[in-house]
Formats: sequence, C-alpha cells, structure tokens
Amino acid sequence: MTDHHSDIDSVSGKSTTGHEWDGIKELNTPLPRWWVITFYLTIVWAIAYWVVYPAWPLISSNTTGMFGYSSRADVAVELANLEKIRGDKMAALGTASLADIEKDPALLALARAKGKTVFGDNCAPCHGSGAAGAKGYPNLNDDDWLWGGTLDQIMQTIQFGARSGHAKTHEGQMLAFGKDGVLKPDEIVTVANYVRSLSGLPTRQGFDKAKGEKIFAENCVACHGDGGKGNQEMGAPNLTDKIWLYGSDEAALIETISQGRAGVMPAWEGRLDPATIKAMAVYVHSLGGGK
Amino acid sequence: MNKTVNPNELKPAGDVGPLYAARKKVYPQSVSGTFRRIKWGLMAVCLGVYYFLPFVRWNRGLGAPSQAVLIDLPNSRFYFFFIELWPQEVYYFTGLLIVAAVALFLMNSVGGRIWCGYLCPQTVWTDVFYAVERLIEGDRRERMKKDKSSDPLKLERISEIVLKHSIWLMIAWWTGGAWVLYFNDAPTLVKELVTFQGPMIAYIWIGILTATTYVLAGYMREQVCTYMCPWPRIQAALTDEWALNVTYRYDRGEKRTSVKKAAELRALGQQVGDCVDCYQCVAVCPTGIDIRNGPQMECIQCGLCIDACDNVMAKIGRPKRLIGYDNDINIHRRQEGKAPIYRIVRPRTIVYSAIIAAIGGFMVYMLATRSLLDVNVLHDRNPVAVKLSDGSIRNAYTVRLLNKSGYDRAIAIDVEGPINPTMHVVGADSVTPDRPIIVIPRDSTSELRLLVTAPAENNPEKSIPVRFHVMDIGLGVAASATDNFVAP
Repeated sequence: MTDHHSDIDSVSGKSTTGHEWDGIKELNTPLPRWWVITFYLTIVWAIAYWVVYPAWPLISSNTTGMFGYSSRADVAVELANLEKIRGDKMAALGTASLADIEKDPALLALARAKGKTVFGDNCAPCHGSGAAGAKGYPNLNDDDWLWGGTLDQIMQTIQFGARSGHAKTHEGQMLAFGKDGVLKPDEIVTVANYVRSLSGLPTRQGFDKAKGEKIFAENCVACHGDGGKGNQEMGAPNLTDKIWLYGSDEAALIETISQGRAGVMPAWEGRLDPATIKAMAVYVHSLGGGK
Repeated sequence: MNKTVNPNELKPAGDVGPLYAARKKVYPQSVSGTFRRIKWGLMAVCLGVYYFLPFVRWNRGLGAPSQAVLIDLPNSRFYFFFIELWPQEVYYFTGLLIVAAVALFLMNSVGGRIWCGYLCPQTVWTDVFYAVERLIEGDRRERMKKDKSSDPLKLERISEIVLKHSIWLMIAWWTGGAWVLYFNDAPTLVKELVTFQGPMIAYIWIGILTATTYVLAGYMREQVCTYMCPWPRIQAALTDEWALNVTYRYDRGEKRTSVKKAAELRALGQQVGDCVDCYQCVAVCPTGIDIRNGPQMECIQCGLCIDACDNVMAKIGRPKRLIGYDNDINIHRRQEGKAPIYRIVRPRTIVYSAIIAAIGGFMVYMLATRSLLDVNVLHDRNPVAVKLSDGSIRNAYTVRLLNKSGYDRAIAIDVEGPINPTMHVVGADSVTPDRPIIVIPRDSTSELRLLVTAPAENNPEKSIPVRFHVMDIGLGVAASATDNFVAP
C-alpha cells in the first residue's frame, strides 16, 4: 500500500485519497460518524425485517416470518370489521320494504352503493357497466320494461330470472314464425312492415297495411295485445314505442319474426343474499326508468 | 474552512486514517445580551404557542368540536378558530406553504438566516436542551472538564447525568404529547392518556416524537443543520450582496492584538485592530465555528457571538458591534473611508413582499368569499344519454351538495336550459312530491341522482349547456353549476 494517506493538500490542510487527475487531488473527507452508524442500523433493520416478516421466496411458498404475519389475513380482518360496521344498516336493508328503502335517504344511498358494486360484479357483462344494455340485453336506464318496472317487478325478475329454468321464472317467448312454417316469407315481410308502422316508422312501398293488420291480429295479438302495446305478463314488448331490443329496421324485424327470440336472464336467488337482491332492485329502479 | 494545518491530522505513512469523522462536541458558553434576550423571548412565545394552543377553546355550536386548532382526521376536517376547511380545500395549505417559503426568502434577503437562528424548532429545542445542560452540569469549562475527566464516576456526577437526561426526556415527552393534542380534543385526550385509556396511535406518536426530540436536540444538535437540513444550501444560493448576515467586521478587527499591546500601539498612534483574540465568539457558538473566518455554511446566525463580542468590547472600552449584522459591501466601503449603506428596500425584497401580499391577499379574499353551500355536478358517462319510449332524451347526473355551515339546510333544486328540461331527483319525489327539496345535515355532503329529460320535440342535436341551481330555501343562499345535456 502506498503512503498516500500522509499526503496533505497544501490549500485545505486535509489529507487526500491519493487519487489525482490532471494535478487535482481528491480530498479525503470521511463521512460523519452518525451517518455511518445510521447506515449500519439500516442494515441491521433490514436483517431483522427478514426474520420478523415474510421475506424470502422459496420454491413453492415463502418464509413466513416469526409471527406469521400475512397481509391477506389483515384484509380478512378489515373486511370482517367492515361487515361489523355495516351490520346494522345491512340488517335494516334486509327487513325494510322496498318502498321504505326508497323513502329513507340513508337506506337509499346504502342500497344504491351496494347495488352498484354488485351490479358491476354480476350484471355488467350483459347489461353493461352503466346498465345501458346492448342488442338483446335491455337498457335498464329507460322506461320500457319487458317484465315490469315497479320495484317489486324488478326484484322478481332479478330473483327468478327470465326463461332461467327456475321454478318461478318468467316464461314466454317470441315464436319462430318463419322457421316453424307458421308464416310464409312474404307474410313475414308484410307483418314486419306493419309492426314498423305501429311506431310511425316508414314502411316499404306497396306494403298492404290491411293484410299486415290481419296477419298481426291472427298471430301476434295473443301476446303483444291489441294495437301491439305489449304484455308484461309474458314479457311481450310494446311494439308502439321507440325502444327496440333487437333493432327496428326491416331486416332485424324479419329475423325476429322468423327465428323467434328467447333471451335468458339468470335467476339470482340463491346466488345473492336477499338483502343484496333488494339493494340491486332499488339500484336498478333508481337508474331512472323505475315506475 | 479551516485553513491552518492541524498537526493531529497528519498521519504517519501507511495509516489509512479513520473511516468516519467523529463529531467534535460543542460546549457553548452562556452569554447575555440583546440577541440572547431576543432568543429567550422568541423561545417562550414559540414553545408557549406549541404547548398550549391545543387547550384554547372556540365555540362552534352544539355537536361541533370546541377546540380552536384541531386536525380532525377521522372526519377529514381542519379547524382553525373561525375557519373550517374540508379536504377539497387543501389548496389553502398550498397557498400557506408558498407564502411561508417566500417569507423565508424575504427574511433571508433582509437578515440572513433569521429562521435558523431564532425560529427553527431544531434551534429552539436545542437551545432549551443546552439551557438544561448548563443548569445542571455547569458552564462550558465545567462541562468540558467533566467530559474529559477519566476519574471513576462519583455519586454526584451520576446524579447529574441522570437528572439531565430525565429532564430532557420530560421535555421531549411533552413535545410529543402536545403534538397528538392537535389531532384530538385536548382535555379529553389528556385525561385518557394519563389514565392509560388513550388510543394506541397516540402513544406511538408520543413515543416517536419523544425519541426524535431527545435525539435531535440532545445529541444531533448542530449536525442536523450542517448535514441534514437543505436550507443552508438553498439559503446560500438565494442570498445576495445586500443581505445582512452575522459578520465579523474584519475592517475593524484586524490586525488582532492583545489588549495590552493594542493600548501600547494606540498610544504610539499606530492603527490596531479591535479584535483581542479572546475567542469568546467561538466559546458561545452553538455550532462551534469561528465567525472570524467569514460566512460559513455551519453558521445559523443566532447572533450569540455578537452578544459575546459586545460584552468584551464594553469591558475593554472599544465600540460595540465588532461582530454585527452587516455585509461585505459595507466592509469595503468603510475600508475606503465611505459611510456604510443599508438597503433593506431593494428590488429583491420588494418582489418577495409583493408575492407575499398578492398570494396572501388572494387567499384572504378566497376565504372571505367562499360559499358555505356548494354544488358539484358530474354527468353520467355510461350511458351518456337514454332514449325513452316516447322518444324523449334523458341525461342523468350525479350531483353532490356540500353544506359547510353549522346548521342543516333545506335545498331546492332547479334546472335551466334552452331545451325546456324537466327534472327528477331519485328518491326525493316520495318525500316532497311537488318540488325536489333536499335536507342536508350540517357540515356534510349529500349525493343525489338527478334525471333531466328533454321532450321529444326539443331533442338537441349536439350537446348543449344546462345550469343547475340550488338554493337554501330558508336563507336564500344559492349556488349553481353548469354541465352539458347530450343526445345519444
């Protein structure tokens, strides 16, 4: 080892490290003692951390630490606490009637918050995160309801579903008039145009309204009612309004009439607890279309 | 800094030298004088405010906290006498911090490190700890002697050490104790703490702050200022040639001579410096530097060396303020036989003052005119618009009403726009069928879902603005917000 540590810089009077660049020497400026101690303490701390907390990955697990700490267990505790805090309110949600929930601002807020979360987890895949629906999946924001838009009706639909296979499910479907040979293709075109005329949509040139009305009366009135106002008992849509689940253009109508439609809404009873289903019903009702 | 070679630092060949630099312990001597009195006074004010402010009461009415200064974290409110701030008004703190920063710059351009020397908590608490140390262990010489002594510890010395650390810890504990009182009702919390019923987090914070106060004021002391604090570096970049700093007036002081020799030389009519090399300025310095070496980063400019030097000058019958608040410009002017000039008012200080006045004024204006009733509107994003069965268009909005006052409000809501909109508040119609009136409890917010429908014949082709008005039907206070109505 060279004796450069005895090399004293003439300007500052301090010893140098002996490193020299173009005549400029580096001063030997040791770190303050407290800094060095703090540095070593952080190393000790880090080692202690390895021992106390889960730290090292192993082949199929990890070291668990002295006290078996787990952040997952922390979450479980936090969630349990949350349930405890919410307990009374959620119980109130379970016992209050649907109408009472909507009248109580605090319960309404709770039901909407709960409903929104559960909707996002369970309903959004079909109805969309904002419940705006899609072709074949109803928009729950509007005022047109296949199975009724009162609180009780909405709750019933959520509970038992539509064509879900549940014992209490909504039944009824749009028959396949073309596929099953009930109507001939030209009759289907005529009745499709007639249906369009019900809500004031333009019809094909040379379309025979009288013939359409006759076909409609013979085949469709049973479900869709006189004048096509629909029937919520059977989930038959109102054909006179501006809302169309499968589209209102002639091709879409022809497809609907000849192939039939039978969209499925699953039953949520048994999958969600009663208080949650109530919250969902209130949430959907509060989206704007509720009757 | 130290330009003389210290023979102790000369290492024999082959010695690698220490890997760390040990702290050179500082033993500041007691001193009396103008600046010491100012420091005592400011210390009393600062500590008095810190320790006792949480106990000051302020009546805000039933159900509201009655503590004048309170940071209510669980309810996210900040109370300061007549001001109550909500989390969304945190920008007032931003403004306050900007004003504080510029005030620091202003102090710096007028009188150097006034903050460091007189007001900084590190300085104030270190000063308190030094005072305790001096009271128990004696002044500079005695403390140095006791520290150096290799005699076995006697009972007297042991009791001194125990007493000093006990008092230090008590002060540190009170410091941490006062801190937590700002976050809870102080009298209640004190009662809980002394009966060991207090929340764990309070004890933890008291413990942390007891430890930091004890370590930083008892042991780290000037090292915090020299090594840890960024302000000395920033300060050095912000200072200018007119700023008054604690300065050794070397024009007067040099050449240093002993008292006796100076008298002899003066009798011969020769020019002699006033500095008698008594090292009193070094002895009293809490950072252990020699101010006569010029401005130094370690210097916190507490002015104690001014007091020490003034006392000596008075004794030897020379004019005071051989060390004083001054700058190089004046030293050079005096050397040239010109009168010193002091420019407190100059572009830099004017600009700083103007910034403080502008931001401070703006904040006061904002605070004075801020509404205690507010409304925020957020348009639904999904779906943005809904077509109803009769062809009319409906938009939904989430409306948040804020009632910052200390009483419940009954709020009427109206919507206004060129499309003749009708409005429906979800949940409100069952309470008040004719007109949506919402009751918001005091000091809280309510979130509502508002449905606005434009009749089919008024369907807008693109988005058009609609205005939401909310009014306290009791007091007539109103607020409004604008959002858009869009077609699908």
